Amino acid sequence: MSKDNQVLEEITSKEYEHGWTSNIEMESAPKGLNEDIVRFISAKKNEPDWLLEWRLKAYRHWTTMKEPKWPNVTYPEINYQDVIYYAAPKQKAKPKSLEEVDPELLKTFEKLGISLTEQKRLTGIAVDAVLDSVSVATTFKEKLGELGIIFCSFSEAVQEHPELVKKYLGSVVPMNDNYFAALNSAVFSDGSFCYIPKGVRCPMELSTYFRINAANTGQFERTLIVADEGSYVSYLEGCTAPQRDENQLHAAVVEIYAMKDAHVKYSTVQNWYPGDKDGKGGIYNFVTKRALCAGNHSKVSWTQVETGSSITWKYPSCILKGDYSSGEFYSVAVTNNYQQADTGTKMIHIGKHTKSRIVSKGISAGRSQNSYRGQVHVLKRAESARNFSQCDSLLMGDQCGAHTFPYIDVENNSAKVEHEATTSKIGEDQIFYCLQRGIDEESAVALIVNGYAKEVLNQLPMEFAVEAQKLLALTLEGSVG
Amino acid sequence: MLSIKNLHAKIEDNQILNGLNLEVRPGEVHAIMGPNGSGKSTLASVLAGREEFEVTDGTVDYLGKNLLELDPEERAREGIFLAFQYPVEIPGVSTINFMKTAVNQVREARGQEPLDAVSFLGVMKEKMKLVEIDQSLLNRSLNEGFSGGEKKRNEIFQMAMLEPKLAILDETDSGLDIDALRIVANGVNKLRNKNNSIIVVTHYQRLLEYIVPDFVHVLYKGKIVKSGTKELALELEAKGYDWIKDEVALA
Ligand SMILES: Nc1ncnc2c1ncn2[C@@H]1O[C@H](COP(=O)(O)OP(=O)(O)OP(=O)(O)O)[C@@H](O)[C@H]1O
Ligand SMILES: [Mg+2]
Repeated sequence: MSKDNQVLEEITSKEYEHGWTSNIEMESAPKGLNEDIVRFISAKKNEPDWLLEWRLKAYRHWTTMKEPKWPNVTYPEINYQDVIYYAAPKQKAKPKSLEEVDPELLKTFEKLGISLTEQKRLTGIAVDAVLDSVSVATTFKEKLGELGIIFCSFSEAVQEHPELVKKYLGSVVPMNDNYFAALNSAVFSDGSFCYIPKGVRCPMELSTYFRINAANTGQFERTLIVADEGSYVSYLEGCTAPQRDENQLHAAVVEIYAMKDAHVKYSTVQNWYPGDKDGKGGIYNFVTKRALCAGNHSKVSWTQVETGSSITWKYPSCILKGDYSSGEFYSVAVTNNYQQADTGTKMIHIGKHTKSRIVSKGISAGRSQNSYRGQVHVLKRAESARNFSQCDSLLMGDQCGAHTFPYIDVENNSAKVEHEATTSKIGEDQIFYCLQRGIDEESAVALIVNGYAKEVLNQLPMEFAVEAQKLLALTLEGSVG
Repeated sequence: MLSIKNLHAKIEDNQILNGLNLEVRPGEVHAIMGPNGSGKSTLASVLAGREEFEVTDGTVDYLGKNLLELDPEERAREGIFLAFQYPVEIPGVSTINFMKTAVNQVREARGQEPLDAVSFLGVMKEKMKLVEIDQSLLNRSLNEGFSGGEKKRNEIFQMAMLEPKLAILDETDSGLDIDALRIVANGVNKLRNKNNSIIVVTHYQRLLEYIVPDFVHVLYKGKIVKSGTKELALELEAKGYDWIKDEVALA
């Protein structure tokens, strides 16, 4: 067998690491979507009337909307009536502590390397683990509580802190913002809620881990982060799903509200099941993420490492409303086989002296398509706004595609906007150089790709950077040859 | 150590090596000279296992093994090192990180424990002295923005780190200033011993004053057409290649 074939053989036999399913007794809503389903979900969660009304309004609005067709992705028509909108692990009563959580559930997360047992966690990371539609457990709650930090599941926040939820829910991503956000607003089942009080620097990483387990089920979680004046928090999101032949829908919403002098760092390592080597199965990932830098001198950074999903539609954005506020977007998006990604960011400069920085690194292999779509909008009153964008594409092989769609809209002459873009191919010369030093081909590709993505990976918290590096290597395994 | 017999190699439809013979024994230093385009770098690439070159005839025996059957990384792990004529840039990867990966993969292949960060740094410091290279250079992205001379010095640093049995230096002297030439040559001489061999490809006899070869060969049109001792290099320096070309034409 020639070397190329061997390498090909290796990828094709390489399976998605998190493709297993757990055997957990589930409770789900019937298939399909209508007002009754929305009421069913709301009732399951024991929600106040205002929230049910909010959901219904979103649902009604959604029925008047059309799925967006502008992204550079193609997929068969989604039948929204063929999806289950609510599935939850059956638990007798709501567990009061970790000891009461179904051990099978804990095992599921254990297997993913997420230990929910606080004693076992060496590093300071608090985790909210979400399986299918509900939050299973949140760690380090008491410890954070001492500082006045609220970190809990969304459902719990609705019960325990309704005034905060009511005030900020939809304040950054309105329920009718876009097709998928409206859908999410109608049927979201859980997610994480986080509030950092005035002047508090959150002493540990907060993290949400999403896992889709049930078949034919959509996952619609909602995350709301409110950073009060002068506070700081670093937030991390991870996700995986079992390997299934049919496509599964994931439409999440993340809202970040940053007040004066607040700083929020949000990092994502997205590893949803990408489909098999022939493009069968995989997650459709349609996500709305947006931050509002409401106060002066506030700052939000988005860092994302996108390796999974068969389709990614995602534009973490910043609305820079406060004067001197700043937004950052660091992204590595890797596509292989038949994956398609259309991802990027929007930076909306409203306040004076607002700053934004965009660093996007696309890597395409196989027959995948990878698009960067970014908008920089400087409004009239945004005196002295500044933006810098760097969009690089790396191609591996000649059957994949990389595309860049920058939209720049400047209404104030004092703005300084810079955009740079490059496209390169991973060189045979580079690989041979590595081989000649005794480095095998897989490691060579990993080394080169990680070097290329370094500026973004450097933004991740240390231990996740290591994980992300491995993930990049794994995603691209065998794609040269 | 290395025994090349009747080696023929081509790239696409261009036949480049046409029946090359070369015998290198442990401890020997061989210099290969020859006009531009005669096939010197091609020989180096074929020995290192570059797949674009197809070997159409001949054999290469390296330490009792059929070299042509080994993958490039296996050859490297068996002790073959090529200092490239044009070292490649790898953005975002420091020389240190690159060498750590290389050294540990080579060690693993040889059944040795990987070096931890501390011992690696120890070895590195020692080798840095040998080639008088500054750590700040090694912290930068591999070869990116390096001057011509810095790239060559970096190649010899890598050679020192990997301690090869057979090193092939492809025009490592070109682009070096006079001091750098001496430093690089000193580095090579310190790595020289009775168990390892070196093939030096060069256009200038100047390098051979520092790295004194046991044999000098002239490669022309894909063949070794003349061999001699270090005096041959002096003769070439004085007379150029025309007389050799004439000899070949007559033969
Ligand atoms: N990829 C290639 N495609 C076609 N011809 C090639 C290729 N690579 C090398 N050659 C040709 O092979 C011949 C030998 O090249 P090689 O690089 O081995 O020469 P050299 O002896 O190292 O020359 P120099 O002294 O200039 O470095 C040249 O004519 C060159 O053009
Ligand atoms: Mg050459």
